Amino acid sequence: MADGPSNEVLLDIHERMVRIRIFEEEAGKLMENGKVPGALHLYVGQEAVAAGVMAHLSDADQITSTHRGHGHVVAKGGQFKEMYAELYGRVTGYCKGMGGSMHISNFDIGILGANGIVCGGPPIAVGAAFSNKYRETDQVAVTFFGDGASNEGAFHEAANMAALYKLPCLFVCENNGFGEYTSQKRHQAIRDVADRAAGYGMPGVIVDGMDVIAVYEAAGEAINRARRGEGPTLLECKTYRFYDHVGVRGMGIDYRSDDEVKEWKQRDPIKLLEDRLAEQDVLSNDDAAAVHERVRSEAMEAIAWADASPYPAVENLLDDVYYNGE
Amino acid sequence: MAAATDQATREIPYVKAITEGVQQSLHEFPEAFLAGEDVAVAGSVFGIYKGLLAEFGEKRIVDTPISEAGIVGLGVGAAATGLRPILDIMFMDFLGECMDEVANQMAKMRFMFGGKAKLPVTVLMMGGAGMSMAAQHSQSLEAWLCHLPGLKVMMPTTPYDAKGSIIAAVREENPIFVILNKLSLGITGPVPEEPYAIPIGEAIIRREGSDISVVAIGRMVHEALTAAEELAKDGISLEVIDPRTVQPFDTATVIASVQKTHHAMIVHEAVRFAGIGGEIAAQIQEEAFDYLDAPVARLGAPFAPVPYSPPLEKAYMPDAKRIAATARETLGR
Ligand SMILES: Cc1ncc(C[n+]2csc(CCOP(=O)(O)OP(=O)(O)O)c2C)c(N)n1
Repeated sequence: MADGPSNEVLLDIHERMVRIRIFEEEAGKLMENGKVPGALHLYVGQEAVAAGVMAHLSDADQITSTHRGHGHVVAKGGQFKEMYAELYGRVTGYCKGMGGSMHISNFDIGILGANGIVCGGPPIAVGAAFSNKYRETDQVAVTFFGDGASNEGAFHEAANMAALYKLPCLFVCENNGFGEYTSQKRHQAIRDVADRAAGYGMPGVIVDGMDVIAVYEAAGEAINRARRGEGPTLLECKTYRFYDHVGVRGMGIDYRSDDEVKEWKQRDPIKLLEDRLAEQDVLSNDDAAAVHERVRSEAMEAIAWADASPYPAVENLLDDVYYNGE
Repeated sequence: MAAATDQATREIPYVKAITEGVQQSLHEFPEAFLAGEDVAVAGSVFGIYKGLLAEFGEKRIVDTPISEAGIVGLGVGAAATGLRPILDIMFMDFLGECMDEVANQMAKMRFMFGGKAKLPVTVLMMGGAGMSMAAQHSQSLEAWLCHLPGLKVMMPTTPYDAKGSIIAAVREENPIFVILNKLSLGITGPVPEEPYAIPIGEAIIRREGSDISVVAIGRMVHEALTAAEELAKDGISLEVIDPRTVQPFDTATVIASVQKTHHAMIVHEAVRFAGIGGEIAAQIQEEAFDYLDAPVARLGAPFAPVPYSPPLEKAYMPDAKRIAATARETLGR
């Protein structure tokens, strides 16, 4: 690991992952206890993907997120208070309570929406990348999407255009093996979504999505390539969601085995990183536990703040349907 | 329509009535199959197809990739070549993903090709707000479909109608959409065990009344019935009409009612502007202008996407209270 990421980067990545995990654990409890309405698609298990990619991005770089978007927002710098407030449907939330879990995002830090429409993001990211190139900036647009989403026509149109115009864009496929309750082998005839890159004339790269350093390094290469003006990359991260499709325990649909879940949990991405950090004397187990504790209390504070926030006023319902001047 | 015998009629929820409608349709037509996202192994995210995979097997209960355009296109092609597809596109908001297949292919194929194609396709989907599912999972888009010549559209509001609409739709030889309502899944009601079909294009009077005709679309039927109950206490009598099919539309039943009550109001959960309430109001004034004692009232959602925050979503959707207030206003009582 001589040339690996610096200790500073490692600690930063660790912090991002722990923040996602704890945000989601607490969000899951809120949903199951009926404290927040709607449907929460939680990101637990996939933290290495958001953290490893986002560690390369500044606020000026754009991302598009998905229905499973909390992790992307946290990793991109989203604040717990405004995020929990959004889940609570309060006016202090990032979307003023209009969007909720599936649309949680903050344009100020380059998040062009979390999307309730599967594969809603990739074409929009291509638009942002087009804009970046047009405006001659070095910004990069990254789109996150699932294995399931790669079966939508929108993915194919977006990928083709990004490659054709050589746009500064990164397609990050979070292959967690399922689209809702349908396993990958039952929804596409390929094993590697990255294979699809060849059809559009861009590189397709596969990484272990539970190994955050592998994700970090592969994403870094692709993002640098994009910034150099060499066009898009499709980066497929093999990962797994530890919770159900919706919520924590979900709807009790029998579609994957407990053994399979258990097996993947043995490769918990946070645990893998913490073992490595302890081994390399970057972060002791005690210090790691202290990070968890600090983030947990920040989450609890944010939840209390969110819960005490007011709801949006009915009179303001129409305010943001159209732009009406500042 | 087969008359229901008492012995064979049970109280079952809307969700089960949907399952039964699909199940009996699959028995009736060997060429029928069900295709959609998570319809097979999961039995749908709404639980509406539970048990069908076990009963009919993978050939007839088909899990598809997340490819709505592909699903509808598959249905059009299969119907054109002799099958009788039942398609599920989950939330009706996902019409956005497949609107070309719906509007430019399915709706027009028979007409454009000189009446050669016959397309017995049924599309099932879930509409409506009320569950904090936000702007992309809560819409009422029936107007999109009603505006397309070549399509038929049903909106069942009771368990009885849910089953009977699906059976009618699958027997229908034209493309037809059955818009189900997610907030109604738990509503129970009497449903005969044997197969029966709701007549396509026939409205039903859910409650007779003498003062004002309330045409309620979809779930608003239940809100209108609650309003009618409430206003009856003050001696105000609402006639509640459930069109059941919104394309074709049963104008005659509405006109006959307005000729009796001399007042009319339309309520739907879709946004008011360019909603089908406008069409119905126009038909009433064209055919019953001389009978009207007041302008036709229209209730619908404000011109905004569906908000997530519970108090806003509640204010967004028309309800019994607002139906009652609008009825009073129209009647001046
Ligand atoms: C256009 C569209 N079709 C269907 C759905 C319903 N849906 C929500 S999440 C999901 C599965 C998505 O799978 P994938 O892209 O692999 O992401 P994951 O949930 O695994 O993170 C589906 C089918 C939707 N929201 N939008």
